[in-house]
Amino acid sequence: MDILNAIIVLLNYTIIPALSYGSQLALGAIFVTLVYGVLRFANFATGDMMSFGTMVAVLFTYYFQSIGINFGILPTALLTIPFAILIMILYMLTIDKFVFSYYRIKKSPPVQLAMVSVGVMFVTQAIIRIIIGPFDRRFLDGEKFILKAIEFKEMTGLSEGLTIKSTQLITIVVTIIVVSIMFWFLNKTKTGTSMRAYSDNEDLALLSGIDPKKVVMITWMIAGVLATVGGVLYGLDKSYKPFVYFNNMLPIFAAAIVGGIGNPFGAFLGGYVIAFAEILITYAYKRFFTYLLPENLEPDSLLQLLSTDYKFAVSFSILVIVLLFRPSGIFKGKTL
Amino acid sequence: MKQYTNIIAAYAIMILLIIMVGILQSWSIALSILNYCLISAVMTMGANIQWGYAGLINFGIMGYTALGGLAVVLVSVAPVPEAWEAGGFNMIICLLIIVTIVFSIKYISKKIQSSKKKNFSIAGIIILGLILLRFVSGPAIESIEAVDPAKTGFLGGLGMPILFSWIIGGLFAAGVAFVIGKIALGLRADYLAIATLLIAEIIVSIIKHEDWLARGVKNVIGLKRPVPYEIDLQNTPWFIELVEKFNKGKLSIINSMTERQDTLNQLIIEASSVYVKLCMAGLFLSVVIVLLILTQKALYSPWGRKMRAIRDNEIAASAMGKNVVKEHLLIFILGSAIVGIAGAMMVTNDGLFTPGSYRPMRYTFVIWVMVIVGGTGNNFGSILGGFVVWFLWVEAAPIALFLINLFTSHLPETNALKIHLIESAPYFRFLMIGIGLLIIMRYRPQGILPEKIIKQ
Repeated sequence: MDILNAIIVLLNYTIIPALSYGSQLALGAIFVTLVYGVLRFANFATGDMMSFGTMVAVLFTYYFQSIGINFGILPTALLTIPFAILIMILYMLTIDKFVFSYYRIKKSPPVQLAMVSVGVMFVTQAIIRIIIGPFDRRFLDGEKFILKAIEFKEMTGLSEGLTIKSTQLITIVVTIIVVSIMFWFLNKTKTGTSMRAYSDNEDLALLSGIDPKKVVMITWMIAGVLATVGGVLYGLDKSYKPFVYFNNMLPIFAAAIVGGIGNPFGAFLGGYVIAFAEILITYAYKRFFTYLLPENLEPDSLLQLLSTDYKFAVSFSILVIVLLFRPSGIFKGKTL
Repeated sequence: MKQYTNIIAAYAIMILLIIMVGILQSWSIALSILNYCLISAVMTMGANIQWGYAGLINFGIMGYTALGGLAVVLVSVAPVPEAWEAGGFNMIICLLIIVTIVFSIKYISKKIQSSKKKNFSIAGIIILGLILLRFVSGPAIESIEAVDPAKTGFLGGLGMPILFSWIIGGLFAAGVAFVIGKIALGLRADYLAIATLLIAEIIVSIIKHEDWLARGVKNVIGLKRPVPYEIDLQNTPWFIELVEKFNKGKLSIINSMTERQDTLNQLIIEASSVYVKLCMAGLFLSVVIVLLILTQKALYSPWGRKMRAIRDNEIAASAMGKNVVKEHLLIFILGSAIVGIAGAMMVTNDGLFTPGSYRPMRYTFVIWVMVIVGGTGNNFGSILGGFVVWFLWVEAAPIALFLINLFTSHLPETNALKIHLIESAPYFRFLMIGIGLLIIMRYRPQGILPEKIIKQ
């Protein structure tokens, strides 16, 4: 019984939250990695682009709610994702046309493009704050919990409850769907192969007749899907606040680099690596060990490796360690 | 002479703008803008040394600024004897442990050849050291933070003059930059940018959450000042006489004695704040000038030429026998030290240390915009960039408000769009900075005042 309780404690407080947070990071990290692999620059506007997509979804959700459309027990925001993606892609392509394409054609060094993306970050942030303001917004409706702690306790007779929020399950399921479609697209379709070829060796790809404009456009479209879905899922799970999205860019970058930048599968796993590390290292294991150890050995302290204040610092430290010992990431980076 | 006309014209316009703020808004605002412009100028000079001279991207400016601020607290605040009694001994032991860890890692990395064995033993030492640190520091931190938590709850500083902390701030930043440089400088340009940004976040989160060090997010207020306080000035006879002398014309018109006294008091209060800010501006200006002379000298010295050679072609430079790694590390340290000085200056100017306010937006990206806009590789340019961008950053809201009112003047006061726009006026600063950066990057990538190579 005690072992079961201990497992439930661990599941409830670390594994399930880490899985959903990791999925959100993973989507963002694939976005970073795609842009880095195909367009060849570190996109500092990542967080704000995700924020933009989420903002559109939030506005659509409010609109849908006002005219009385809802999605039953699921959050209305899921219905609005396709519209948000469309606007997001439109926004990205506009920015690409007016800003990035000039430097790409001129073959500017990646650093310059990264600097330009800082400019895009400022502009996007301004647009978001002017349209929706900097405040915290919740847009989750529908059923909040799939499994409540009390119900679980009654069902199993254990003393520890297991809570599963609907957003956590939605996050994991949607991530699996989106990511598997994306990998199928990259690996099995002709357009996907041409994208990989372009990322691998630009000149050779051009020689074999791949249209760079099309590759770039497809990349932004996939990026738009990933950014919007990742952003909306994060917003549903926590809440939508522009400043937080900007800050999320940092663990997302860490995930992309840890996984090997330019490698989508690496980025996908990198997201989970970062999420699990953040949560496992800052979790207080007291209750877990109280169940496992005999009574006279019960721990007095919280058994916390680091206080939760250092959540972000943990992921960055992992990044530093990876950069030191394996600069190309856990999975070899820089091929798509 | 002709080559300087650009510089002179640009600076003249900038000073004119600040004077206009003085006339239109108030002299106190104009001077605080000037002070912040000068501080930003120092920061941009630091970033410019790294980016303009050597081509190193350092997005960690925020971290060094925070370290400079930390130095002010640690140097100038009076020590808290109760806290030292409660946990000072343990903290000193912790410092010794950290030093031991560092040296043993150094020793191991020299002695053990096999890389696998080396990595494992280094990891072992770090983990062991961390556990030991926690064991020693845990109770000490608790007892230190329990000492009068509303007012102190930290070890306090050394109680030395605050100006001294500017140098210490530079040294702090330089020391940390040495470590970061050792770790990260081998990375490619954009990796370096990300790595430094994230490491700076780590530094800031340590300063934020280690309350025993500098009270963390509880902030340290009421720091000492290198210049007189307004209250003291208002009671000093020579200052009152000075104000009276300056405003003789204004005062002589007023006949009633009490009214005259009231106006005089009002004038004295205003003048005292202006006087204090002027003193600060003088201090900052002297720092800027000293740094400018030093950096200009360095830029046109053989060392500066070497740095430019490394920046423009690393491979060729190393083939010529220049030690690229060493020079990169040196310039990384120098630039960071200057940023650290700027951080200390900023906290001195504010009189308070607020670790929660160190955010990458304001302390990394805006500074980078300054460097790019002003002109990379040109010290006059980077100072100008600091002025221009800071001016825009502060004055963007009033300008935006003015423009919004102008364009929506035909709309009624109750119009929802108009109200919304007026409410979001502060956010137009991001828009202006962003668009400014994009335009400069597109049409004048070398900045307002481009780099000048003097051929000898």
